[in-house]
Amino acid sequence: MSVNEQSMRRVTAIRNGTVIDHVPGGMSLTVLKMLGIGGVMSNPVSLLMNVPSKKLVSKDIIKVEDRELNQNELDRLALVAPEASVSIIRAYSVAEKLTINLSDEMVNVARCAFSNCITSNSREPLPHRLLIMGRDPLEIRCHYCGKLQEINDLVERLI
Amino acid sequence: MPGLITMDDLTNEEIISILDDAERLLPIAYGERYLPLLRGRILGNLFFEPSTRTRMSFETAMKRLGGDVINLGDVKNSSVVKGETLYDTIQMIDGYSDIIAMRHPRQGAAQYAADACKVPILNGGDGAGHHPTQTMLDLFTIRQAHGKLENLRVVLAGDLRYGRTAHSLSHALVRFGCKVIFASPKSLSMPTEIIADIVRQGGDVEETEDLLSEINQADVIYMTRIQKERFPDEDEYLKVADAYKLHARDLDDAKSEMIIMHPLPRVEEIHPSVDETRYARYFQQAFNGVVTRMSLMCWLLGVGVPGDVIAASEVIA
Ligand SMILES: [Zn+2]
Repeated sequence: MSVNEQSMRRVTAIRNGTVIDHVPGGMSLTVLKMLGIGGVMSNPVSLLMNVPSKKLVSKDIIKVEDRELNQNELDRLALVAPEASVSIIRAYSVAEKLTINLSDEMVNVARCAFSNCITSNSREPLPHRLLIMGRDPLEIRCHYCGKLQEINDLVERLI
Repeated sequence: MPGLITMDDLTNEEIISILDDAERLLPIAYGERYLPLLRGRILGNLFFEPSTRTRMSFETAMKRLGGDVINLGDVKNSSVVKGETLYDTIQMIDGYSDIIAMRHPRQGAAQYAADACKVPILNGGDGAGHHPTQTMLDLFTIRQAHGKLENLRVVLAGDLRYGRTAHSLSHALVRFGCKVIFASPKSLSMPTEIIADIVRQGGDVEETEDLLSEINQADVIYMTRIQKERFPDEDEYLKVADAYKLHARDLDDAKSEMIIMHPLPRVEEIHPSVDETRYARYFQQAFNGVVTRMSLMCWLLGVGVPGDVIAASEVIA
């Protein structure tokens, strides 16, 4: 049995829902928060954290029951889990495979990190907008103030 | 409605065309002739931090073209102090005016306002961000003196770290193939991210601490103010500031068509003896703010400037 199969079997298979694999080790709680999953009224969730991985140093796996995440929701994860692979499960088998895309713009995913940006006033109602200017290396700028953003700063300012 | 938020909103061709319009509007700006191109239009002046010069320049520009102006008034007495969001303030002015000129202490405020309203926004400065109407009047002044913007040797001197004027002007100059020399003390040098940006654009830049040795080759020397507050103590300031002052006697070997510019107000970086020389262009530069803003407002409002302004206008008796 491969490492991957072993880890997949650590938790029971789900009947219907979404499995997010290859989340960087330790980031699954952030991912759940970004997806708005895990509150009192949430669907059942299984978490597997810090599993050895070939692709990443270590990875987390998330299984959300009875909820199919859509592409829009998943694309919000590009900042924290760009390599994640997602399976939509129906009747115990993989019905669809999705990957996370880094779009040209992230709307209301994270707040600009520049302290003098107009968006730092939390009462201003317009959406937080970050523009992806370059992908390799990743270059992200605030739509409003134009400041270059550090990924680590953004991860601390997720919405 | 977008408006003019950064110089990136304009192509080189648009810049040239707006400067051409401005040049034809000079007799109107001087008050020699009257041409009410913007009659019936209202400019909303939204200055969230005081800047009398810029505000008056916008106001004069609108009035010379026959339009009207409303002002936000003193921010200290306005609803802004009571905690109103920029979004709400903009909603109100949006309904009152046809175009808005604004200055705001926070960076990104102009883009935010543009996203929030229907009339065009002219960014008159947002925090340490952009100030494109200043850049346009600087370009106008350079072209007025040299007849072109291309391939000039421009020295920017003084406080290049905090001066947004210098940042956005150098970006614009390299777009026209100018060679840009940054002359500043080490502690006030051009931010590396801005230099990197300019180099990536293909710009030809050089850094030096020696302003005086750059004078003879320069086509333009753009001076900026070095502020005392940037230094830990007075001695340190005096030592540095002295090296970035121009005196008439320093200009003996300058090229005859070289010009000296300054966004004003100046303190001691340009000695009054320079005012009398052929090189001084800073007062003309300040005046050019009016004519450039006239042209920009026409452009943003979609009002064409006649090819023959003299024929279209009337003499002011
Ligand atoms: Zn920002």
